[in-house]
Amino acid sequence: MSTATTGGGLRWDWAVIRTLWLRDFLRLRRERSRWLGIVLQPVLFWVILGSGFADSFRLAGDAETDYLAFFYPGILVMIMLFSTIFAMMALIEDRQSGFLQGILAGPASRPAMVLGRLAGLVSMVLLQTGLFMLLAPLAGYPFGAVDWALLLLAIVLGALLLGALNFAAAWLLDSTQGYHAVMGVVLIPLWVLSGAMFPPGDGLIGRLMVANPMHWMVEAVRAGLEGSSTPAAWAVVAGLALGAVVAVALAGWVSRPPAGGGGGSA
Amino acid sequence: MASVLDIRGLSHRIGDRPVLQDVSLDVAAGEIVGLLGPNGSGKSTLLGLLTGRWRPAPGTVRFEGEAMEGVRRRFAAQLGVVFQQPALDGKLTARQNLRLAAMMHALPAAEAAARIAEGLADAELTERADEPVETFSGGMRRRLDVARALLPRPRVLLLDEPTTGLDEASFRALWGRLLPRIRERRLAVLVATHRPDEAARCDRLLLLHGGRVVREATPEALLQEVGRDLVVLHGDEPDAIARRVAEWDGALAVERVGGEVQIVCEDGPTLLPAVLAQFAAGEIAMAALRRPSLADAFARLTGETLDGDATPGEALAS
Repeated sequence: MSTATTGGGLRWDWAVIRTLWLRDFLRLRRERSRWLGIVLQPVLFWVILGSGFADSFRLAGDAETDYLAFFYPGILVMIMLFSTIFAMMALIEDRQSGFLQGILAGPASRPAMVLGRLAGLVSMVLLQTGLFMLLAPLAGYPFGAVDWALLLLAIVLGALLLGALNFAAAWLLDSTQGYHAVMGVVLIPLWVLSGAMFPPGDGLIGRLMVANPMHWMVEAVRAGLEGSSTPAAWAVVAGLALGAVVAVALAGWVSRPPAGGGGGSA
Repeated sequence: MASVLDIRGLSHRIGDRPVLQDVSLDVAAGEIVGLLGPNGSGKSTLLGLLTGRWRPAPGTVRFEGEAMEGVRRRFAAQLGVVFQQPALDGKLTARQNLRLAAMMHALPAAEAAARIAEGLADAELTERADEPVETFSGGMRRRLDVARALLPRPRVLLLDEPTTGLDEASFRALWGRLLPRIRERRLAVLVATHRPDEAARCDRLLLLHGGRVVREATPEALLQEVGRDLVVLHGDEPDAIARRVAEWDGALAVERVGGEVQIVCEDGPTLLPAVLAQFAAGEIAMAALRRPSLADAFARLTGETLDGDATPGEALAS
């Protein structure tokens, strides 16, 4: 038996992408308590941590930039990270509760299912970052100075890259406990070492930070907010795009049906 | 009758363990074929191979005469599946769940709305259509899940232990709704079950044991093989009881099934008092007379009960 497909299945792929995207919004509409997290969590992090570090933080050679402004791009990346974590916990729950089996048995392809989940995730990230951007002028980023195209691409591609990599991890782990471990040991430390909270220094930690993909997300978002549409900023966005393509392909590959062996008499 | 689904020599193994071995079956339009066996016999694996849960296995599957290789998506679009766990989102309402199912099959909006209304009415959930599914009882969820599976008007319906967790009333109600739909829409239905009362509703049964089909017959034919009546004895020493009973005339077959001794006979009401008279007081703790079920047929043919308990030995007399 083969699961090879013929052409003409794109309408089902498109249908499942729309279905999974719509489902995320239907759920959001019903779960009103989630709005508290969406609206308040980034604000609380920004205000509490930002105010706490404000008095003791000075950028080397830059006495003007206050910590709330420095921390603001990091909060936008934190929104991407937390939205991704929430979406992947939901993915694991969907597999365990049985919802996903109805999708997987349908006529759409597995990559379409992956794209549907990621479309929902990216939309949630855009919604949440969009709301948080209302505070950008207070952080010292006036709307008129922002390079919106650069910022939008940095957020969308960063969310896709993070989401697809986490999709692959969540699919392989298939356990909320296992994913919690990944979150605590890998994802949160990556964010802390992203340059969101402090800039890279010259030591080992600094070099690790520069090698951290999340650092480049923070830098791309920072460039967008500052309106620094430089070739270097666009090179980072191109790198994010390439990484996102590879990560989405990886997620599609990981989620393919497991192989079984043959033979009737072993 | 032309087969809608035709499976030949399907095998599957997980690691080194064969879970399905050389299974062949076919299902025609309007026909209900049952896969009867205990947990681990390969029923759900077979359905999992059809739903794409696993990658290709040796064997051939044809849908409406065409090899699955070329029609996988068309098959999936014509497939309704009721899984062991309902494939519903508990946070969403019944109507929203059906709306998602309609979207997934790319149904036009007007047609989708009509089918959703019909599905809700069929499931007797119209009045609770806008309540979250997580507030529903198990029976209501199952009815909604059946409505979800039937929404795209499938040609093939796969039911994987569809009545798991349902009480007797919900079980009867579900099949009472499902059977007319199957007949009027001429669905080709494959049911995986370990319930004899569910298997009795099938037109044809395949008895699965250790991943192999050990018998294919109608429920009626299987019941006839078991015999007309079944005298069941319980005692502290079932092996000794079985040995003594096996020597008597009137017993067509005597078997140990779990902790009980079953005597297959033509005339139970006559045999039962005669059997009891042969034993001293206290040797038989409990005796019963009943009609044989498909569970008895399965136990007789495989030496294992549908609960998965092995019987201690072969038939002692036949």
